Amino acid sequence: MEIDDPRPVAEPLGRLSAAVGTPPTPQLRLRESPLAITDAAVLGAPPVLEVRNLDLWYGPQQALFGIDLDVRRNSVLALIGPSGCGKSTLLRCLNRMNDLIDGVRIRGQVLLGGEDLYDPAVDVISLRKRMGMVFQKSNPFPKTIYENVAYGLRIQGERDRRVLDEAVERSLQGAGLWEEVRDRLDQSALGLSGGQQQRLCIARALAVRPEVILMDEPCSALDPIATGRIEELIFELKKEFTIVIVTHNMQQAARVSDFTAFFWLGKLVETDVTERMFTNPRQRITEDYITGRFG
Amino acid sequence: MTRHFDAELKDLKSGLVAMAGQVEEMIDLAMAAMVRRSDALAEHVMELDRRVDEMEIALDRACIDLLGLRAPFATDLRLLASSLKIVPQLERIGDHCKNIGRRALILNRQTQVLNPDYFQRMGGAVRGMVRDAVDAFLNGDAALARSVIAADDTVDELHLKIFGELLRLMIQDPLCIERASHLIIVNKNFERIADHATNIAEEVLFILEGVNVKHPYLRQEHLD
Repeated sequence: MEIDDPRPVAEPLGRLSAAVGTPPTPQLRLRESPLAITDAAVLGAPPVLEVRNLDLWYGPQQALFGIDLDVRRNSVLALIGPSGCGKSTLLRCLNRMNDLIDGVRIRGQVLLGGEDLYDPAVDVISLRKRMGMVFQKSNPFPKTIYENVAYGLRIQGERDRRVLDEAVERSLQGAGLWEEVRDRLDQSALGLSGGQQQRLCIARALAVRPEVILMDEPCSALDPIATGRIEELIFELKKEFTIVIVTHNMQQAARVSDFTAFFWLGKLVETDVTERMFTNPRQRITEDYITGRFG
Repeated sequence: MTRHFDAELKDLKSGLVAMAGQVEEMIDLAMAAMVRRSDALAEHVMELDRRVDEMEIALDRACIDLLGLRAPFATDLRLLASSLKIVPQLERIGDHCKNIGRRALILNRQTQVLNPDYFQRMGGAVRGMVRDAVDAFLNGDAALARSVIAADDTVDELHLKIFGELLRLMIQDPLCIERASHLIIVNKNFERIADHATNIAEEVLFILEGVNVKHPYLRQEHLD
């Protein structure tokens, strides 16, 4: 390039991306990104789930230490960290699945809409209706596609066929599966591909209209195409639901989440807006983990 | 844990430092071509620009490859993103040196109009800024990067001083306007090299601290 021709002045940056929290050093907080990667409405949303000073022991072994964490409404929170760091344990605390494990002791609070999930008066079954869960390995029931999705409503006592039909269609559409299975709802769910089975499980979780969807490594057994569909689905689902996802895939956490929380040895090391977490984390250990220097 | 990626990043940094070394040599040559009125040095600096352009293409490719293949985060991401911006700064410095060489070839055929000490001082100042910016990058030295940014004001003052002197000469002797016009552009070339050194220093601070220090007046407006 010849140098006597001045290059054009750069275009002004576009939309602002609001910054949250206190930056570690003074920095430019306006025009951080022209992309507005994290919706300002999500950044300012009230918490739907609040974890307060949560400790957990498996027998004598403490697995979670004083966790404090907010999950904002209609956001996606990614829980990341090495195996055994406590992220799945925390996820299972959110719908009291750890109650099923012998020797588990929990201290602290998990508030859903301000209500303490660990209050003895809480009905665990009705709680779990408010907290859908999707597991690492898809686990459709050996039933038809229709019955898999209708299952949650049926055990709640719903018998009206029209209500069930509507719920099945709405949930399968919500999970991005309707067009693929609408003509074979009466066929076994076990005949679906791995990716379809996982989306069926998401549809099953959606059918009971939960407030929060918990996902425990939902794509770890899927190929990149099926993974991409689930990730796109997460973008759609967060318009209506709040999502907490455990993942070992850093790229996935960066792609799908609004907020990221990094756990290590049962402690919450750092939580922040995802775009900052993956470009400039505050803690050295977080940096080492997400850049693969850990260990 | 040692990563294969660390070796790749080290290679990238080495390539970038090699490119910087080449443009630092070009600044020395451009300055010497002006001060000593040497055609040979002027022609040599112009020849070296091709090598810098080749390095730019190779380093661009390396940065894109590493971004695509390694999907970096945090400091790795900042290093690669900023390297992509530092490389064209170096390439532009090479262009300015080439342009100074071209002007030197013209001026060497005419009577000297300005004391060469001016460009000795100007060249020395911008050369120091580029060297310090590259050292700050190589050694991760934020304080040195900040000193480069601060030094830009000194170069700007020197640029204005030389410009004023050339204006004075042109008013005094209109026959020197053509020669002085070439020198005004050479003076601007040196001043722009200092701006590129400043840009490199700003990128170094982004790599080291994750903080965008460009355009501080915007930050001041925001705080106001």
